[in-house]
Amino acid sequence: MSATIVSLPDQSSARIPKVNYITKENGILSWLLTGDHKRIAILYLISLSFFFFIGGALAGLIRLELLTPQTDLMATDTYNKVFTMHGVIMIFFFLVPSVPATLGNFLIPLMIGAKDLALPKINLLSWYLYMAGGILAIYTMATGGVDTGWTFTTPLSTHYVNTNVLTTGLAAFIAGFSSIFTGLNFIVTIHKMRAPGMTWFRLPLFVWAHYAASILMVLATPVVAIAIVLIALERTIGIGVFDPTKGGDPLLFQHLFWFYSHPAVYIMILPGMGVISETISTFSRKRVFGYTAVAFSSVAIAIFGFFVWAHHMFIMGISNYAVLVFSLLTMLVAVPSAIKIFNWTFTLYKGSITFETPMLYTFGFMGLFTIGGLTGVFLGTSGTDIHLTETYFIVAHFHFVMVGGMLMAFLAGIHFWWPKMTGRMYPEKISQLAAVITFIGFNFTFFPQFILGTLGMPRRYASYPPEFQILNVFSTAGATILGVGYLLPVLYLTWSLKYGAIAGNNPWQATGLEWQTQSPPLTENFVVMPIMDHEAYDYEWLERQKEIEVTHAG
Amino acid sequence: MPDSTQIAHGASADAHSEHPPYLRHHFESTEQQADAAGFAMWLFLLTEVMFFGGLFTAYLIYRNWYYPAFVAASHQLNVFWGTLNTVVLISSSFTMAMGVWCAETRRKSGLVLCLILTFIMGLGFLGIKSIEYREKIEKHHVPGFHYSMQSFLDPASDPEVFKEYHDKPLAPDMAVHTELYFSLYFLMTGMHALHMIIGIGILGFMIYRAQVGAYTSGHTTFVMNFGLYWHFVDIIWIYLFALLYLISRHQ
Repeated sequence: MSATIVSLPDQSSARIPKVNYITKENGILSWLLTGDHKRIAILYLISLSFFFFIGGALAGLIRLELLTPQTDLMATDTYNKVFTMHGVIMIFFFLVPSVPATLGNFLIPLMIGAKDLALPKINLLSWYLYMAGGILAIYTMATGGVDTGWTFTTPLSTHYVNTNVLTTGLAAFIAGFSSIFTGLNFIVTIHKMRAPGMTWFRLPLFVWAHYAASILMVLATPVVAIAIVLIALERTIGIGVFDPTKGGDPLLFQHLFWFYSHPAVYIMILPGMGVISETISTFSRKRVFGYTAVAFSSVAIAIFGFFVWAHHMFIMGISNYAVLVFSLLTMLVAVPSAIKIFNWTFTLYKGSITFETPMLYTFGFMGLFTIGGLTGVFLGTSGTDIHLTETYFIVAHFHFVMVGGMLMAFLAGIHFWWPKMTGRMYPEKISQLAAVITFIGFNFTFFPQFILGTLGMPRRYASYPPEFQILNVFSTAGATILGVGYLLPVLYLTWSLKYGAIAGNNPWQATGLEWQTQSPPLTENFVVMPIMDHEAYDYEWLERQKEIEVTHAG
Repeated sequence: MPDSTQIAHGASADAHSEHPPYLRHHFESTEQQADAAGFAMWLFLLTEVMFFGGLFTAYLIYRNWYYPAFVAASHQLNVFWGTLNTVVLISSSFTMAMGVWCAETRRKSGLVLCLILTFIMGLGFLGIKSIEYREKIEKHHVPGFHYSMQSFLDPASDPEVFKEYHDKPLAPDMAVHTELYFSLYFLMTGMHALHMIIGIGILGFMIYRAQVGAYTSGHTTFVMNFGLYWHFVDIIWIYLFALLYLISRHQ
């Protein structure tokens, strides 16, 4: 068994097509005013990476401060601002738009055989909103920052802190509309723009996952928007809705906030799960086991995801019966996630597995997401939650799901579709190394935090008792390794833009429609409108196509 | 590119045959384009429902908690102006619907007339609303700005309302919560008025466009979608009218 499948006959003779979406027009304005979903995806990719490294630098500062038990690197209120801005930037400006706005934007029209998203101008508008929100957030950080934590919890945010809550809230509000428009665009596109023959159950699972995530974006985001409006009015004119002295209830804010922010974690993870379905099928050379179950589990996660928000509030004074119900519902949402993990594992069974970089990240995702998901069940159980909440156990759980899960999936997807986006391969060996470094660094960073959490180290403090130092040193050392793991792809992917091997149309011999057109694709995506006449992940169909091609050439 | 053509056997390549100028390049047909735009509008209205949903939730929770305060405060609203406003808004929805019909049947002057009528009634709604807001300011019922609980601690001091409802005085710890009612009142009607103002702005733009015949040449998507938006704003008002003005009337 060869280690990679990039050794196909058409590889050596492949050329980058002269006309493609990158070369079609030139000049900075042709990018800033484009309606092309692929160009907008590239704009998103560049800006997202920028925000990711700002958020990452803040994470580095946090870990550096926690190297020693004392507060010696920065003052405690600075530390509060640093972790708040880390959360705000990473969640609103990286994780929520990460896969949907880049890969989803680029690939959904290609995968369903459309020329573009249904609403290209709205798509561009959503990038501008994203940038406006992002720049406002950076401006806020530069002019004093905010220290409420990314959750803006009342009454802290409305009555006690004197930092830039308003501008940060406005930044999140604007970014929220960007997310709403992206989700709305995806839903309309998937409903109305599918090529002939592309039935719902022939859609790649990537598209199903994005459809489910889009439902969440459209339904949940407006609720956080109104919650932010209420915070702003409470701070400025004191309308009293969250003010106990006037009869308002600070808990109402948390209900409104988590009604969005819990589904938001599914907005973040579902598109990543879509990526994993594609890579695991391609590098096992098998149809995804239980296609229908995986498709419906995405929708099930979206639906259940709406009814678990109060598990963030078990110790906040909600009634015992509410705790009981929300605990049960939280257990239920683990079921569709487990369905996905089991089906991916069965896909591997008796598959012809190869270990290209996207597959290494995929394995990283499956292991780390499973740990993150199972510790989520600990936290969904009210008894253990009361012990573990507000400790580093939460931090570790969340980062296992989001960094170990989502970021691994993001990198898997970026590597997997890099040849399609740029027409060139990334360097295989060094990227495999980067994937392994990321995995090792990640575990070094976040696994000790599970132990710290069970030992009772609270989160959001700049100092801690000296007996926790050894595990914190482990964690900080791991963060350094992780940083190297994230810097490497930036370097070699940029290098590959000029020096990477030419990819050809379908370097992975994958079955999706996006691989049946040139790389990089034309602005209109396809020369003629494709007709879908086979199921998704049909590798025998691909074989037959190659035979036809050979007979034609002969 | 052999790969891209092989899956496309049978598809015809006459993508650039005759089509109207408003058909965007990435759609196959005008039906698909109109379909997609209409569907997108419905989804957008769904997000609006969720947006207002947060406010309705807050209102219902606090009404449940501070029921006597909310009933007494609700009696301060002027049902006459509220009803008149409802009539004005429903009429404007009717003229808007007629406008959509005119656009579909390509009646240019009819469309312009309908849009102007809608525009005027929209402004009329805001005018009546401002009369009501002025009443609240005069009675010091604007939360945060010299708010006065006098009308609730001593209902007889407010003879106009008292002779209609004969409210009993509220205990001071309940009367404070009337301020929360007025917060929600101004927030919900204010958010609704903001949507009206945006709608009136777009109407002004549409009247200008309709005069040059932009919507009467077969491309009616914009008018249809704006019509949906206008009806949505209308429906929100109907809920606000019922919740803020009516349900506490006979309590």
